[in-house]
Amino acid sequence: MTSMGNIFEFDTLSLHAGQTPDSENGSRAVPIYQTTSYVFKGVDHAASMFNLERPGHIYSRISNPTTAVLEERISALEGGVGAVATASGHAALVLGILTIMGQGGHIVASSALYGGTHNLFSHTLPRFGITTTKVDPRDVDGFRSAIKPETRLVFGETIGNPGLEVLNIPAIASVAHEAGLPLMLDSTFATPHLCKPFDHGADLIVHSATKWLGGHGVAIGGLLVDGGKFDWEGSGLFPTLTEPYDGYHGLDFVEEFGPQAFIMRARAEGLRDFGACMSPTTAFHILQGIETLPLRMDKHVSNAREIAEFLGGSDAVEWVVYPELDDHPDKALASELLPKGAGSMIAFGIKGGREAGKTFIERLHVWSHLANVGDAKSLVIHPASTTHQQMDADTMKKAGLSEDLVRLSVGLENIDDLKADLKQALRAATIRKVV
Amino acid sequence: METQVNGKGVFFSTGGAKFSNTERTIIFIHGAGMDRTVWSMQARFFAHHGFTVVNLDLPGHGKSEGPACTTIEEYSDWLCELIDCLDLDNVGMVGHSMGSLIALCGGAKLEKKIQKIALLGTLPKIEVHPDLLTSAIDNKHGAFETIVGWGVGRKAQIGGHKAPGSWIAGASMRLLEASKPGVLGNDLNACNLWEGGLESAGQIKCPALLLLGEDDRMTPPKGTKELAQALHNSKTIILEGAGHMMMTEQPDQTIEILSNFFNNQVYSNN
Repeated sequence: MTSMGNIFEFDTLSLHAGQTPDSENGSRAVPIYQTTSYVFKGVDHAASMFNLERPGHIYSRISNPTTAVLEERISALEGGVGAVATASGHAALVLGILTIMGQGGHIVASSALYGGTHNLFSHTLPRFGITTTKVDPRDVDGFRSAIKPETRLVFGETIGNPGLEVLNIPAIASVAHEAGLPLMLDSTFATPHLCKPFDHGADLIVHSATKWLGGHGVAIGGLLVDGGKFDWEGSGLFPTLTEPYDGYHGLDFVEEFGPQAFIMRARAEGLRDFGACMSPTTAFHILQGIETLPLRMDKHVSNAREIAEFLGGSDAVEWVVYPELDDHPDKALASELLPKGAGSMIAFGIKGGREAGKTFIERLHVWSHLANVGDAKSLVIHPASTTHQQMDADTMKKAGLSEDLVRLSVGLENIDDLKADLKQALRAATIRKVV
Repeated sequence: METQVNGKGVFFSTGGAKFSNTERTIIFIHGAGMDRTVWSMQARFFAHHGFTVVNLDLPGHGKSEGPACTTIEEYSDWLCELIDCLDLDNVGMVGHSMGSLIALCGGAKLEKKIQKIALLGTLPKIEVHPDLLTSAIDNKHGAFETIVGWGVGRKAQIGGHKAPGSWIAGASMRLLEASKPGVLGNDLNACNLWEGGLESAGQIKCPALLLLGEDDRMTPPKGTKELAQALHNSKTIILEGAGHMMMTEQPDQTIEILSNFFNNQVYSNN
């Protein structure tokens, strides 16, 4: 039995949670309910569903039977109480934020963030009156001192971007909880197979399901998961959850739904009004990925470990960042929070800087050069020659990047093929300088 | 909504509608270590379908002031006091597990005020395994794990819940984890000690419903025969595929059955 009382273990839940074969046809695979809406059993039944008296589906912007399987499955895998699937990981993040705060709200966030999250926090949310203070992810006291009376959320990434910082989840959660605030984590890089943040004190989790959860690179989607532990009422800072809501006939979400208050509001208001729902076909695709998540993540990790070691021994490489390496400042924390492995992202510096990086990328054959991570196929990007090509060295440094930085998302190919491809591209890129 | 019994604060939800003691009232009584939110759907449904709802947090549970009562007799006395305080006269009771014992015990004392009684996940005597009892009294997390593992039916442990995205095993665990230290042990001990199930049942003359989960491994349906016989006017319904937590595992089916019972059904004796 698991610590959540489940009689089924993680790998069983990866395959089954959220679905029983349908009673009509016995479909073993999750059927794709490609429908916008659902025929009501009667007028009263319809009214009861709209009033959250009865469960069921009304309109696929708010819920859908295929998407609901995915939502339940991720809840089971993370050890939460419920989840909402969204159009993208970013939609999940925005939904989570807007469910608990509005104009005047403030976020304390790790500075080691995905670029899209950085943009949202620094440029977009301020237009709507929500501001963010960013803190070095390793500076626990910095999180504490950045909290203001108007702070409503502490945010970080389980494994940071691009430095692969491992967030001290228990310590940051304690800081948040002391201030009556929830800790929300983007746990995309870890997946619940490698780290279950709710077990370490996090309250809310967002995933870009596009990445390792799907693993196939065919569908964009996000997930917002509620741990159900945070005491919204005790905090006293979250009227959206603890006071009557006019948008639902005076419904008080905590009073009615207890530990599921947050996720009920996120769906009832957030999907209804903001509308960034996931399509059922996307949910189906992501479910196919999750079925093999434990197997894939173990292979991702074993390949990543070998690649990190290989790069560390290469004359063409200046430095390597992977949280399991001896010189990584979070190595001990990684072994505690990510005992099965520290993910499959690696950053390294190529000798020769921007020009060498460009040549290296162009010479690769197995590794795909693109702006994504978490695919079954190995991926690579050199920010200085692509996403950040307009920046000079100083500006890149301020953004936490360097001209020589190459980022790898290690996939599932044969490890010898991956190493051979890297070796020949590194040689081609650095031969003049190294030999 | 808040009131007081014996000088202690009591909280109950009204299912999102106004409280009125002049209408038919249904009192929902949760089980050991739980609180009112296990009845979210049923409470909201009945509150919007012609009933006043009193969805209780028992003393020391949820938002009601403690301490928790230590025996089923004490809980039922407290329930009788509450019904008096609220001046309720036309009452239906719905109790789950320990709540069903409280409803039985209280129903026997309040015969004239109780119109119908529904007992979910019940037995005339709920015996608790000594290891579980010790673990719960010691406030060990393992006790919560056992309750969820055995309480949530095997079908619901896989999922496929009608409420989109809702993971019932997780929600049950969080409820238990949120209970005050020792409350689960206190409640299980109260269940274990109570011997008055059949005697109370014999004093209840109003229509009674026994709603049982086919896959209930905590209060298996086969153990309720004597209880059904002792009640003067009862019917037993077994919910296919449901475990002990049938009102959260199968909220819609539970609503259908309870609605039929409270709105229509009057049973002849057994």
